Amino acid sequence: MTYVQLENTDLILAAILMLASGALSWAFSLKLERTLLLNSLRMVVQLALIGFVLKWIFAQTSPLWTVLLALIMIAVAGAEIVLRQNRKLKGFFAYSLGTGTMMFVGVLVTVYAVKGIIAPQPWYQPRYILPILGMVLGNTMTGVSLVISTFMDTAHRERINIEARLAAGYPRFTALDKVLSASLRTGLMPIINAMATTGLVSLPGMMTGQILAGADPVEAAKYQMMIMFVIAGATAMGVVIAGLGSMMFLTDRRHRLRLDRLQSPME
Amino acid sequence: MLRVEHLKVGGRAAISFELLEGQCLAIQGPSGSGKTRLLRAIADLDEAPGHICLDGEDRNEMEAPRWRKIVRYVAAEPGWWSDTPRPAFPDTPRSTAKRDKLLHTLNLETELLDRPLAQLSTGERQRLAIARALIDEPKVLLFDEPTAALDPANAALVEELIRYQILSEKIVLLVSHNEAQIKRLAQQTLILDTENPTARVSPVVTIPVQRTPL
Repeated sequence: MTYVQLENTDLILAAILMLASGALSWAFSLKLERTLLLNSLRMVVQLALIGFVLKWIFAQTSPLWTVLLALIMIAVAGAEIVLRQNRKLKGFFAYSLGTGTMMFVGVLVTVYAVKGIIAPQPWYQPRYILPILGMVLGNTMTGVSLVISTFMDTAHRERINIEARLAAGYPRFTALDKVLSASLRTGLMPIINAMATTGLVSLPGMMTGQILAGADPVEAAKYQMMIMFVIAGATAMGVVIAGLGSMMFLTDRRHRLRLDRLQSPME
Repeated sequence: MLRVEHLKVGGRAAISFELLEGQCLAIQGPSGSGKTRLLRAIADLDEAPGHICLDGEDRNEMEAPRWRKIVRYVAAEPGWWSDTPRPAFPDTPRSTAKRDKLLHTLNLETELLDRPLAQLSTGERQRLAIARALIDEPKVLLFDEPTAALDPANAALVEELIRYQILSEKIVLLVSHNEAQIKRLAQQTLILDTENPTARVSPVVTIPVQRTPL
């Protein structure tokens, strides 16, 4: 396997293409120049940093550092889920729902994929654990944040109908069944669409990377299939946990709809 | 007997009262005085400290869904969970017969059951919601402005149906802005004002109205 290493000057050549976006913003006075510049810089700093961090972690023998970085990744994913909500749960509930789901799904699915499927020796090498965890978290995060935000928005919009059903003596799971199924469907849509078009419209990033690094395309495709299954499974698991969790947090033991546990969207 | 003890709703002083079978308590007060919140608290739809017992059984000793089936809240703005009214009614042969009889009493055609809810008038939806609540034969009925959306003729039909519920030993709580209606139906009135929300309130016995047997 051979691959062409990039020089720093190659990066500058690539960054020239970025200037096209800047020119677009300037020509149509979109006022996005500042945002473009800041986010480009952010991207460069984040990637450079994670490059050095990973290089350092790969060189360590203690798995402690792998665990620490994994925990940071999970915490950031949990915080990002909260940021994407329109109507957030109040206080600690919002973080515990998102982060709890990511923690459970991320750890379970990553260990299963690395130890059970890829099975390197020893299985806990950071070069396998961390990229797989990243892919699992990134995709599950999209599904989970969609489920929670759809659930909260729909429950808020349909509160009169939900409470009519509660008042008629239906238990909370029955009264909220349509809200739950609508939000689960929304949460699963991106991964279903991704599976439908993958390989036709675009080559997934991981597969592209392997091919550029000199791998056999058929082998790269096999790897990608495995990853898609793992990601889809993780998303399904995360979506169900977050959906049921949303239902538990938004109701109580006396089968009441607890919209008072939501913040108003402006806060 | 429905016993409400030290029920705290909103920022109000605790409310206590007792109602026997066949009694109707009217609740009056301006908008925002907590009439709807009081009914919702009794149906256990909102959290509210205090004791509520029905025939000696505390609400917390009962599963909430069972409590709400017996202590039925009929909202001012009825909600639905299907596209047409039909799925909201139980469909055993006995209950469909009862349903059709109720609809007839409320001047509603049975064809309305299959019409999309968006095509029904506010008054039709309100009467359908009342029929839906009565079909389970709850012991306690909590009516929140049951005739607000109705024309006088249909309001009279609903009022007659409420009177029939009282005569058949149901306990009725009635939020209404209609002074004459309250005089015709209720033996007691609870007045909630916004001026002095922390003052103690208890039901005032109003002069019983001569009831005409049906």
